[in-house]
Formats: sequence, structure tokens, C-alpha cells
Amino acid sequence: MPRMPLECPLPNEPDDRVLLAHGEGGGLMRRLLAEHILPRLGHDPSLPPDDAVVLPPINGLPVLTTDAFVVSPLFFPGGDIGSLAVYGTINDLAVRGAQPLWLTLSMVLEEGLPLSVLHRVLESMASAAKRCGVRIVAGDTKVVPRGSVDGLFLTTTGLGRLVDPAPTGSATIEIGDVLLVSGPVGRHGVAILVAREQMPFDPPPTSDCGPLWEATAALRTAGVRVRALRDATRGGVTAVLHEWARDCGHTLVIDEARVPVTPEVRGVCELLGFDPLAVANEGTMVAAVAAEDAEAALAALRRVPGHDAAAAIGEVRARKSIPVLKRALGREHPLVEPSGAPFPRIC
Amino acid sequence: MKYVDEFRDASVVDRLLEAIRRRTTRRRTIMEICGGQTHGLLRSGIDAALSDVVELVHGPGCPVCVTSASLIDRAIELARRPNVIVTTFGDMLRVPGSGESLVGARATGARVRAVYSPLDAVALAEKNPDDEFVFFAVGFETTAPATALAVLHANRRGIRNFSLLSAHVRVQPAMEAILAAPDNRVESFLAAGHVATVVGYESYADLCRRYRVPIVVTGFEPIDLAAGILACVEQLETGRAAVENRYGRSARSEGNRHAVRVLEQVYEPCDREWRGLGKMPGGGLRLRDAWRRFDAEHRFEIFTPAAAESSVCRSGEVLSGRIKPHQCPAFGRECTPDRPLGAPMVSSEGACAAYFHHRPDAGPQLVEITSR
Amino acid sequence: MCLGVPGRLSEWLDRDPLLARGWVEFGGIRREIHLACVPEAEVGDYVVVHAGIAISRLDADEAERLLAELRRAGEATSPAEDES
Repeated sequence: MPRMPLECPLPNEPDDRVLLAHGEGGGLMRRLLAEHILPRLGHDPSLPPDDAVVLPPINGLPVLTTDAFVVSPLFFPGGDIGSLAVYGTINDLAVRGAQPLWLTLSMVLEEGLPLSVLHRVLESMASAAKRCGVRIVAGDTKVVPRGSVDGLFLTTTGLGRLVDPAPTGSATIEIGDVLLVSGPVGRHGVAILVAREQMPFDPPPTSDCGPLWEATAALRTAGVRVRALRDATRGGVTAVLHEWARDCGHTLVIDEARVPVTPEVRGVCELLGFDPLAVANEGTMVAAVAAEDAEAALAALRRVPGHDAAAAIGEVRARKSIPVLKRALGREHPLVEPSGAPFPRIC
Repeated sequence: MKYVDEFRDASVVDRLLEAIRRRTTRRRTIMEICGGQTHGLLRSGIDAALSDVVELVHGPGCPVCVTSASLIDRAIELARRPNVIVTTFGDMLRVPGSGESLVGARATGARVRAVYSPLDAVALAEKNPDDEFVFFAVGFETTAPATALAVLHANRRGIRNFSLLSAHVRVQPAMEAILAAPDNRVESFLAAGHVATVVGYESYADLCRRYRVPIVVTGFEPIDLAAGILACVEQLETGRAAVENRYGRSARSEGNRHAVRVLEQVYEPCDREWRGLGKMPGGGLRLRDAWRRFDAEHRFEIFTPAAAESSVCRSGEVLSGRIKPHQCPAFGRECTPDRPLGAPMVSSEGACAAYFHHRPDAGPQLVEITSR
Repeated sequence: MCLGVPGRLSEWLDRDPLLARGWVEFGGIRREIHLACVPEAEVGDYVVVHAGIAISRLDADEAERLLAELRRAGEATSPAEDES
């Protein structure tokens, strides 16, 4: 006679993880929102959650941007996918001359994602949003089968108001203009790679993930003629320079000796064979300014906490044939457009 | 960074270049066989600055470039197996085999990962016992001690899901093949400083004697490269043909005996197909029989047959210095870094890619004046 | 061949002949490097690192000597000949 099990053989659903059912509308989803998501995003519990939000009129032109965030690993020294999703979108508004006001948040969660991970990401987002004076006002949550996404993917859409008609646009970059960076380059890409590959570096390199709103505001207050501003994300400073060179038709020349690089980033890049100029940033921007305003721009940037290493790194000159040049080792040579993330090399 | 920055001093490089110009009485032809040196020469502008007094022929020194398409295809086949993950150096990911590259195959489901060190691949294997980890071992004798250590570590630590697909190549047979070719124009070699660091340079003496060519062990920073070229020129101008070491801070004549011991414990020389150059007798390294269970060739049944090379790609002639990259009809046209026909255009150290990026003046429309 | 970077050995972690490991500093950061090929290296020495292993102990005296010689040069140097 087979022995009868003494315990109920029906499996218990784990209550510490995201399940497919959480994304299906209905009671489980309502509870996920009410108990786990909304409270952590600062939602007023007296208001029923709604699919759409009515915003007050804004004083000025609306500026809109959107971005998806799929970084792996989810947590890294200096930030996480949550803070990245807030700062990344805020920075896109800031470099366009817009004061960030509201964000929407769309989440795609992997079935099986621990709720503790979700909590951590949401708390980080709330903290980043609060730091920038921005509110997360609408959103959406979906759950997909295990393996469809890597933990979670986030999309944030940011709405701001235009406060600065500058930057005038990369097509207005002139011969003689000066190129600036707001801080040391290559920190985010190095931090992510080392964390993802679990490379035994010590101390673990830290991402520069952070807001650029104060830095852009500083340039505006100093009355600097800014032609172009861009946060140097994927492809690093080099990718931005190539885009600008295409838009303005001039040649951009960078002086390697003047590019600020932290000793950690330098060490990792030498060892793995990367050029810090081609490595991603998430809190550092490139600016093209009128030559006469370069000093004032640098002074203004350096007064902003976290941007004391801002530096002039190059200038704009007439195009002969090569769009972007680097001056190094006493010679100028082409700075090649990166075609994908750098991989560690042996050659 | 110490011992790096000092060897990049541009004013010292300039003075060395001036000395080279003063010393040469006719245009000299010098070959380097090292992708890192090729890149260094081009990036520092030494190649262009000396072009009227020294012709620098960029030899088959990029191990990524000379890895046969067939081996790449085999690595891709392994990477498509459901429980296999192929790990390799980043340089290798974008190089096309006979069709796609490893990174291209990844887009359609192959499991491929770049690592900095083969020992990192062993650590990955240990953390993920449910998958098989194959390390695609590319590189000259500089890299072979690291991959050999990986095998020895996996053995010592009882790691059962790690194996190696060896694509290692040996430099000296290539140097000999180049010198022995009837139309050889190379008068002197810059010998790869890190290969010499591992295996030493005593064996080059035989080449010097038989072919009457100076061979100068050279480093990688601009000062090292200029100093190496100056030493070659010095010897050529005084009719000497000796082995000389200008990278004494790292390379010794007997090499590194610990590295050699590790290398010889795991590997033995074998014949190897060099992409674009054909079969190189003794030009490769393979795992010894004792290490069969770590040899991916034995561990897995791999079906991919030998592949035909592209008929348009002339990488063999570029790698042996017969033509310059821009003299290949496909250069900059059908063949660019984004759509490469062969390895030297996609590898960051390949001669063709280096020319494409650093010598835009050497376009396909220019005809090089090769000798006076 | 290729990317070998000098770094300063700052600490031995394991002196086993095969599993030898230590911290090597590169500029402002350090990484665990395999040291089986340089068992004689001591803390403070510089080693040349390639693909995660040290392939040689850097001869600091020779480095200084070469730099001094080249800084004086402009004229032909007297090479250190090894074999003819």
C-alpha cells in the first residue's frame, strides 16, 4: 500500500517573488501595486491609482523625452537600474535646457524576480527623484515569463519645461569653440563591466550615475554661450564628438593629456585595452562653448558639487578630412568612432 | 603609470627619429611581427614619420588575424550547443569565420562571452557546474602560459566542465617562412618583446646567421619602438646581423623559465593553418595527449569541416608584407571594419584596420612608392 | 605580442607554486593577478601582466638605464649585443 502523504501535496505559491499572475490585472496585481510599488514611489495613498494623470499647466514650453534601461547587473557600485532610470531621463531633459518636472515609469518584471530586489530598485528611484525635485506620477507594470528579460527592464518618460533657449544645437558649433567635459570620463562603463564580469579589482570602480541638472543650471546662470550639450552615455565622449562633427561639418580635436580620468579608470582601461574616451558615462556631459566663455563655463561647473574636475579638453577647427582627432604622444591621429561596447583585448 | 608614461615621452621619440634619419643611407625595410607593435607604430605616428627612410612592413603578428576561419567556425559550432558556453578574448569576437563571427552567432542564440583572462573562464566554470565552458585559446607564446595555467588550475581544483580549443600560434616558424620566401624584401626584424619575454631569444641567433638579418627584441611604447628601429638601422648600416635586446626590462635571452615550464607541460608544437598564409609547419601549439580531457577537440565531436577562405580577401599578402592594406582592391570598398572580409580588417590590431583608421591618406587610390 | 602592462606587486595572497596569486596595482586600482610564473617577485617589484598573469618581473635598473641612455642620445647608441 503506498503511504499517504501527511502534507497537502498542492504547492504553495512563493510569496516573496513576482509571479506571472501579478501582471494579469485583478487582485494580485492590485495588491502588488498597493502594497509593494506605490508606497515606495511616494504615491498619496488617499488617491486611487489611475491610468492617466492630469497635470497642472506649466509656465513655458513642454519638453519630453523617454528612455529604456536594461542594465545588467541591476546593482553596481555608485547606483542601480532604478537611480539610472531616473537620472538618465532627467539628464536628457537637463542637457536640452529643460527643468525636469514629472516622470512616468513603465516596468517589465521577470517572473521569479525577488520582491526584495523590486523594493530596493523602487526605493532607489524614489530617492533619486526626490533629490531632483521630480515626481513619478504615472506608470505601468507587466510581468513576463522567466528568461524574457534580465530581472527587470524600466522605461521612464520625463516631462520638463524649457527654461533655456540654449544650447543652440550642434549644427551651430563654430571653428574656435572649446570642448569641455564636466568630470572624469569612463567611470560608468568601467564600473558596469567590472561588476558584471565580477573582475577582482579593488576598490570596485564606481559609476558616475548622477544628475546633471545643477551643472546645466550653473552654465545657464553664468551666461555661457552653449552651442551643444550632451551627456556622454553609450560610446562615451567619442560617440558624442562624432555626432557633433557630422552636424557642424568641422573637425573636433581632443588633447588626451587634458582629459580628466580617475586613477581607477586609467588602471582598468590600460589593463583591458580600452580608451576611456569611448567608455560610457551616466553623470558626465560634454559641452561645446564659445571660446571667450570657456573660462567662465569651467569656473561655473567646478563650483557644482561633484564636478570639480571639469576640464577643457579640446577645440574645434576647420575640417580637412578627419572629423575627430586626438592629440597624444606628440601627434594627432584619428579618434575612431566606437562600433559597440569595448571588449577586453589581448592585442 | 610607472614604466608606461616615461616610455611615451614624445621629445625622446622625436630625437630618436631624428637619429634614425641621420643614420640611414638608403631606405631600409623592417618588419615587426606583433599586432601590438603595429598598432603602437601607427598610433604614435612613427610609421608615417619615418616612411621616407624606413619601410615598416607589418607582418603576421596579430594572432587574431592568423587564426583560421575553420577554427572560428568550430568555436561557433560549439557555442551553438545547448549546454556549452564559449569564452574567449574580446579581440576574437568580431572576426568573421567563413561566414559569421562569434558575436554575430550570439545574436542567433550561440552562447559566447568575452573574458580578460582564461583563468577568469575557469572561475566561471567552477561557479556554473551545469554548463560546459570552452575557452577558445587564441594567441602567441605570450598568451599560452596563461591558457596552460588555466588547464593546470582546472585540473588541480577538480573542475570537470572546462576545456580549451587551442588556436595558439608560434612566431618563429612565421619569421622563417617570411625570410625563406624567394621574393622576401625584409632586411631586419623587430622581434615581439612579450613573446621573447616568455620563450627568450636565443633561438633567433640561428635565423640571423642563416639569413643575415638583424633581429632586435623590441617593446611596445613609442620610445621602445623608436629605439628598436634605430638599433636595426645601426646594424644594417654597419653590416652586422645579430640578435639584440632593446626590451631588457622584461625580456631575457633565456626567457622566463617558469612560464616555459608551464607552457611545455601542457602544450607541444604542431602544424597550424595560418589564415591567409597556409599551413605553417610547427606554427601552432596543441594540448599534449596527457591533457586530452581538457582538449575541446577530443571532448566534443565537432563536425565543421575545413573552410575555404574568401577569394577576394588578400590578407595573406598583407600579412606577409607583400602588399600594403590599401593596395588590396577591396580595401575601403567591399572590405571595411564594419563589413570585414578577413581578420586584419576587423581585429583592432589588424594591419588593414590600423591603416583604415590611422592612414586615411593611404587610400585605395594612392599607389605606394615601395623602393628607391 | 601585445597588451602587457606593468603593475606593482603590493601583496602576496597565495605562494603555492601553481595557484600563486597576489594583488598588483595599476595606477589607482589593484587586481588579483596570477603569479605562478614569477615566484621570485617580492612586494614592491613591478611585474608585466598579460591576460591576467604576470609574465615577467620588470628589471627596474634596466628600465632606468635605457631611459637615461635614450635621454642622452640623439647620436647612435652602443647596443648591447647578445649573439651574432
